[in-house]
Amino acid sequence: MIGVISYLAFFGTVAAILAIAVLGLNLQWGNTGLFNGGVAAFFGAGAYGAMMLGGPADPQQLGGFALPYPIAFAGGIGLAALVAWAVGLLTLRLRHDYLAIATFGVAVALEAVARNAEWLTGGAKGMRGFPRPFEGLFADQFTYNLAFLGFVVIILIAVYAGLERLVRSPYGRVLRAIREDEVAARALGKNATRLRLEAFVLGSAIIGVAGVLYVSFYAFISPQDMAPILTFQIWAMLIVGGAGNNRGAVLGAFLIWGAWTSSGFLLSKFAPTAVQIYTGPIQYIMIGSVIVGMLLWRPQGLLPERIERTKTGNEAPGENASQG
Amino acid sequence: MSGDSILTVEGVEAGYVKDLPILRGINLAVRRNALTAIIGPNGAGKSTLIKAIAGLVPVSAGTVTLDGTQITGIRADRMADLGMAYVPQTDNIFKTLTIRQNLALVLRLSRRREARLEELFALFPPLKDKQADPAASLSGGQRQMLAVAMALAREPSLILMDEPSAGLAPKAAAEVLDLAHRLTREGVSILLVEQNVKQALRVSDHCYILAEGRNQVDGPAADILADPIVGEIYLGRRRMNDA
Repeated sequence: MIGVISYLAFFGTVAAILAIAVLGLNLQWGNTGLFNGGVAAFFGAGAYGAMMLGGPADPQQLGGFALPYPIAFAGGIGLAALVAWAVGLLTLRLRHDYLAIATFGVAVALEAVARNAEWLTGGAKGMRGFPRPFEGLFADQFTYNLAFLGFVVIILIAVYAGLERLVRSPYGRVLRAIREDEVAARALGKNATRLRLEAFVLGSAIIGVAGVLYVSFYAFISPQDMAPILTFQIWAMLIVGGAGNNRGAVLGAFLIWGAWTSSGFLLSKFAPTAVQIYTGPIQYIMIGSVIVGMLLWRPQGLLPERIERTKTGNEAPGENASQG
Repeated sequence: MSGDSILTVEGVEAGYVKDLPILRGINLAVRRNALTAIIGPNGAGKSTLIKAIAGLVPVSAGTVTLDGTQITGIRADRMADLGMAYVPQTDNIFKTLTIRQNLALVLRLSRRREARLEELFALFPPLKDKQADPAASLSGGQRQMLAVAMALAREPSLILMDEPSAGLAPKAAAEVLDLAHRLTREGVSILLVEQNVKQALRVSDHCYILAEGRNQVDGPAADILADPIVGEIYLGRRRMNDA
């Protein structure tokens, strides 16, 4: 029984971490129409940033400042935001497919940096030994893992609630206006360039939060953790769940992560040995098929974007002061 | 009608690709509280001109002056602060937002938002009735009405309209142009581009004919409408009679 709960806690923790990243992407793509093809880069920036600031000292490389967890946490988010800001300044003039290719290229480049800059990132072997937060407060690993799940879920709820508030605010509607028609938004006096950059940085910072939590959980980060497949997994989660819908983003994360882990489990348990060695590629094909299938048959996702329609048409807080 | 101009365009050259100007030295003046129309054959540069004025197409030579202020090369999103609004030809409303949200979006930072919304609804009763519905539910004519209302929201002194009647049924097209005409009588100046020549000339005060990126003829709309040679050469007489 404890084994099952323990596994579910592990599954839930990783799924909730990924759900936070999907919410970040949803702000960029679902709400603002920014095709971020480099999700893994911002996830990696968050993880490496936290590791460098909060990880143990290593004479072989820079970083390992063993700073307190909140500083490492904030630093990881900050690094993800900083990378997003620089990438955004360079690429946000591009539209949809070009932006996707450019950001994908940036992510591959940053993964190559992580793999090769041993003095900075430990190279291919990665960096280990991140002190897991609050670990000393718990008697055993089982209780700690449950508590960590709780910690991640609280952050997921906070991110979800914050984004729900944001997308329903007048600011969120300006982002959707830019997604729908940038020229019209500019003609109405909206600085689309600045707003796109803000949404890109904020979304990437949220993806960075997921990276920080990931390194907090595994206490380890390597270039493998920011490989392109992560970008495709996060995209599959958003497409399946429903772009433009935050609940869909969370649902998609849990569904796809469930399908990913159970397919791995089933293949290792029941497939012939000759097939088992292809578990990874089979899972890659599965993710690709899910993306293509959803785009063909249900492009709006399981929970489509909700078009607001209220009695007064005026549901945002603080906006109905004199509404009769 | 006052004779002074709210907008002057002098020697403007502009285009989408460097060294390949579509506009080759355009001169134009928009009179205050009047409706000025730009007409001409397809490919004449009409829409490019209006976009160049709005800051959406780079101007390589010449000047654009709004109410005495040089606005050449100013970013499109700053134009609203300077008192100029631009209504794109298509995709000029946000379909997933409600009608009220569309208007509130323009007035996001305005202190008078609620009061101004009510003023706009008083001007456009059909929009008030449907204010809680997604803008996607509006008919073509109502969409143009919403787009014009959004342009009006910040009380501009000049509105640029890019083919407001395009794609509308004849009755809706006439209504939109009548609306433009009415606004000029209420203190707004309008510059519009139209394919619908006869309708445009019917409601405008002054008219410019463009061809091949240059001014060809201009004059009071009534004179242009009556001039058989102008009609023959630039507008296609048959189309004018049929329209």
